[in-house]
Amino acid sequence: MDGSSELKKTPLHALNVSLGGRMVPFAGYEMPVQYTAGVMKEHLHTRAAAGLFDVSHMGQVTVRARSGDNADAARALETLVPVDVVGLGEGRQRYALFTNDEGGILDDLMIANRGDHFYVVVNAACKDQDFAYMQAKIGDVCELTLHDDRALVALQGPHAESVLAELWADISSMRFMDVRACDLHDADCIVSRSGYTGEDGFEISIPAALTETVCRRLLDHPDVLPIGLGARDSLRLEAGLCLYGNDIDTSTTPVEGALEWAIQKVRRKGGEREGGFPGASVILDQLENGAARRRVGLRAEGRAPVRASAVLATDPEGEDVVGTVTSGGFGPNVDGPVAMGYVTKAAIAPGTQLYAGVRGKFLPVTVAAMPFVKNTFKR
Amino acid sequence: MLKFTEEHEWLKIEGGVATVGITVHAAEQLGDLVFVELPEVGATFEKGGDAATVESVKAASDVYCPLDGEIVEVNEAITADPSLVNSDPQGAGWFFKLKLANVSDADGLMDEAAYKELVG
Repeated sequence: MDGSSELKKTPLHALNVSLGGRMVPFAGYEMPVQYTAGVMKEHLHTRAAAGLFDVSHMGQVTVRARSGDNADAARALETLVPVDVVGLGEGRQRYALFTNDEGGILDDLMIANRGDHFYVVVNAACKDQDFAYMQAKIGDVCELTLHDDRALVALQGPHAESVLAELWADISSMRFMDVRACDLHDADCIVSRSGYTGEDGFEISIPAALTETVCRRLLDHPDVLPIGLGARDSLRLEAGLCLYGNDIDTSTTPVEGALEWAIQKVRRKGGEREGGFPGASVILDQLENGAARRRVGLRAEGRAPVRASAVLATDPEGEDVVGTVTSGGFGPNVDGPVAMGYVTKAAIAPGTQLYAGVRGKFLPVTVAAMPFVKNTFKR
Repeated sequence: MLKFTEEHEWLKIEGGVATVGITVHAAEQLGDLVFVELPEVGATFEKGGDAATVESVKAASDVYCPLDGEIVEVNEAITADPSLVNSDPQGAGWFFKLKLANVSDADGLMDEAAYKELVG
C-alpha cells in the first residue's frame, strides 16, 4: 500500500523539496534523507563548518503547573523521569528518559526550565504516545500543550555560533544546555545550545509560519548546508548517542543503556528525592550492582560496516554469542566502520575482541570507548 | 554489445564474457560508496544470485548476478577505492567479468534505449 498520502509534512517541506531533498517516510512524516550533497559530504560539512537540520517532526510540549507554581510542574515531571528536574535552573536544559514500571525506556527527551513552565522535546515516533502518557499521569497537575504550530531546526557544527551570531548577537554568551527566548528576524524563537551530533550547536524552535524565512536566512550563509536524516544518523552514531527504537527501547534500562550519567545523585539511593519514578526499584538496584548486559561501542578491524542486528560472539565461528549490534554504519570522520550494541557483562571492557556476523562471516571487532569522535560542546 | 537489467546493472558482452557494473543511475541512488565486496574468481552464480555487496554510509545493497555464469575476473581497484564506482560507474568502476553459461540469455536484457526509458 502506498501510504505517502497519509504522511505528514513539516513547515519546511516545500523548502526541503526545493533544496533537492530526497524525501522518504520517517515516523509518519515525509522527511529528507539527504539533499544534493549526499550523506558523506553532509556529514563531513557539519563537523567542518555548519549544518542545518529540519527536526520539526519531533514533539514540542509545554508543561505548565495549574497552580501557577513551576515547582509543581517540576515535581510532577520527576514522577515520570529518573532525573533532577526540581534542581534544574531557569534557562537550563537536561536530557531525560521516560521509564516504565519494569525499568525500560519509553522515550528519551529534553526538558528545559523556561521559568514559568517547562518545555519538553520528545521523539517524533513517540510523540502522540508520550503526550497521552503525560496527560494521563500528570494532566491533573499540569496543563500540557503539544505545539504542532512550531517548527524545530538544529544548526550544528563549529561555525554554528558565528553563523547564528550574525542573526542574534547574544548567542555567544550561551553555554551548552542553556535555553533562551530570542527574536530571530522578528520571529519569536526558543534557542537552546544543544543538539545530537556531538558538535557545538543550537536547536531553534520557530513559529511555523516564519520558519522558512529564518531557515533561508541561515542557508544564505556560505558556511551552512542543509543536512538530511542520513547524516543525522551517522553523526549521532559517531558521537555515541542513542537512537530511540534502535539502541534503547522498552526492553532496555538506563543502566543497560550506559545512560547512568542522566540520573543525578539526588534521585539515586540515599539521595534527597530517591526513586519516585517508574521502574525505580529495578533501576536503583542496577545503579548499585550493575546490569547483566551493557551498551558498548564497537570498532571493526576491516572496512566492512557492521550494522544493526548483527550477532556478536567471542569466537570467529560465531558459536559463543554474547550480544547484538543495535546501530552501525560507516563513520565518515572516523573513516571506518563504527557501531554500538549490547553485550554481556564479561565482554564490556574496552579492547575486548569480539566477532560480528556479517553476511555469513564473522568479522573481528573490538569493544571501544564512545564517543568515536571528540565532542566539542561549549560547557 | 551493451545490455542493461532492471536491477540497474550494465553488461558489456564480448566473446561470451560480460563485464558487469552498476549504472550511473544506480550509483547516484546509492550515494557515496564506502565498501565493496566482490565475489571470488571461479564462483558460479545463477541469474539473480547475490554476487556482490555495496555499502554506502547509510545502507548495504546487493548486486545481483545478471545472468547465469562463472566469475572469471574481479575489479580489485573498487575494493581498494569504492569511490571509483561513484566517479566512473560505467568505466573504471566495473565489478566483475562473467563467463556466460548461455550467451543467448543476453537477448532477454534491455538495450540502452530501453533502459533510459525505464529510469526516465
